[in-house]
Amino acid sequence: MLKQTEGSKAVAEAIGLCRPEVICAYPISPQTHIVEALGEMVKSGELAPCEFINVESEFAAMSVAIGASAAGARAYTATASQGLLFMAEAVYNASGLGLPIVMTVANRAIGAPINIWNDHSDSLSQRDSGWMQLFAETNQEAVDLHIQAFRLAEELSMPIMVCMDGFILTHAFERIDIPEQNQVDSYLPPFDPRQVLDPAEPVSIGAMVGPEAFMEVRYLAHAKQMQAIERIPQLAAEFKQVFGRDSGGLIRTYRIDDAETVIIAMGSVLGTIKDTVDEMREAGHKIGVLGIISYRPFPLDQVRAALKGCRRFLVLEKSLAVGMGGIVATDVRMAVSGTGLKGFTAIAGLGGRPITKASLHKLFRQAEVEALPPVTFLDLDWDVVNKQLERERQTRHSGPIAENVLHDKGIVSAKFG
Amino acid sequence: MFQIRVHGRGGQGVVTAAEMLSVAAFEEGRHAQAFPSFGSERTGAPVVAFCRISDKEIRLREPIMEPDAVIIQDPTLLHQIDVFAGLKQDGYVLLNSQHSIEELGLSELVKDRRAERFCTLHATELGLKHVGRPIPNVPLLAGFAALSGIIRLESVILAINEKFKGKVALGNIAAAEEAYQLVRQMMNHHPTSPLKEEEHA
Repeated sequence: MLKQTEGSKAVAEAIGLCRPEVICAYPISPQTHIVEALGEMVKSGELAPCEFINVESEFAAMSVAIGASAAGARAYTATASQGLLFMAEAVYNASGLGLPIVMTVANRAIGAPINIWNDHSDSLSQRDSGWMQLFAETNQEAVDLHIQAFRLAEELSMPIMVCMDGFILTHAFERIDIPEQNQVDSYLPPFDPRQVLDPAEPVSIGAMVGPEAFMEVRYLAHAKQMQAIERIPQLAAEFKQVFGRDSGGLIRTYRIDDAETVIIAMGSVLGTIKDTVDEMREAGHKIGVLGIISYRPFPLDQVRAALKGCRRFLVLEKSLAVGMGGIVATDVRMAVSGTGLKGFTAIAGLGGRPITKASLHKLFRQAEVEALPPVTFLDLDWDVVNKQLERERQTRHSGPIAENVLHDKGIVSAKFG
Repeated sequence: MFQIRVHGRGGQGVVTAAEMLSVAAFEEGRHAQAFPSFGSERTGAPVVAFCRISDKEIRLREPIMEPDAVIIQDPTLLHQIDVFAGLKQDGYVLLNSQHSIEELGLSELVKDRRAERFCTLHATELGLKHVGRPIPNVPLLAGFAALSGIIRLESVILAINEKFKGKVALGNIAAAEEAYQLVRQMMNHHPTSPLKEEEHA
């Protein structure tokens, strides 16, 4: 049913339609509205026999999800930012044990400096945790990806993070088609676990594995993600048959056919990028877009094929590998290695810095004529940066950077509104 | 695409206003996107929320920097932040105040603009009168419907019924209806009012 609703509320409804059995979460902005809504749905009895378990931390939330999943329950949780870091040890356990938990990550920056706004640092910090990571471009896609995620996770017995931009998507009201229960039921069968703790047939999940078998267990986790590369497009196609719309898949291209320059990104910024590209196309620029939905597994072959006809690409990412440059860009460069394609990286939108069409127009035009350094920082205030660098050259006791930068910007404290 | 920015303070229902506006537009079969300015919500602190309305899918995710309309829920903000920043030349302004645009010292702002698109409304009092709470958001939405014609009063009422139940919904509807009529009357009396011409025609 078409509804004008909040992204978080819609995701909560989608989770409800997936018939979860255990939901456990610890609230953290910007994830809170999702688990609040689910808490209300469980309390009202509409999700019976689902249990909502209040926990004292994110570490406990993931631990409860692990226990529930191992006992054969369809388990869900959600988090963001420091919450994801706090549960990190258990995050690795969930994937290491091969438990098909689905978790929403309402993407948010990681402190310090403390910052509640959106970027992709949190889920990307868990890049190598063994979880699959799917990035939603819109709230509609966030809804749809969760339904696909349970199906894929349970088939492979591996956990999935569905990543949606904090605030930009979670707190946005927009038109969303909430699926019907019978549609979801026909797409997502009841959870039939590959492994389960059952007193009648005791097994141990989480045996200690020494050097003689550890590599094999690890390789099998990799093999599962390679299987996911095959399954994700198939599941998206099947989704379209049932729900009638394109959602998910590994990648999505836009006006790429004769594009000489291709902009690559993940998440909601793709919308602003597409609007910019439309305007540039009207002005005769040969530019297109490649959206990456599946960050893990990373679709190397598909990215390489999509970039085949272009001359250059620009990866615009909301993340920074400090001391190196781009995170997503590194993977894209791996995908095109040997092709001789010219690649650029733009770090943008860190800590919620708005990514505007005006800035993108300027950036994309520079990319087109290859007038960019290998790594660019979009809309960085160089005056403030240089002032601090000079301060550090001038005095040993240069003080805390965050405080100095706020002062130089003329801001008393972080701006709320 | 029509873009609206709502300014107010934490506790005044600023975010709710933008959300309800998007619901009203949705009820008219249009695409709409409402979002807050993404901060920690603190009572009394300046809050901004945004709403875009369009006949096609809205993909843009940047904040609204050049609004077609600005709704200001708290006139004390005039001294604190530039609520009119980027306002389009032919833009609309609806301000919650018992005073007129001239009394608020905004004559200079209106000078080169379409004065009939500027209006004040004592929305806090309407909220108190009909709902028993000094929340100006719903009367301002109805006033905005009257001022701009971008959405209909009936759609605002549908949005009210979706958001509130029972007595609170009824009170809000009464407040919305009065606000709508008040703004219509003020527009009727405006020397350059298009309504005036309409009625005389």
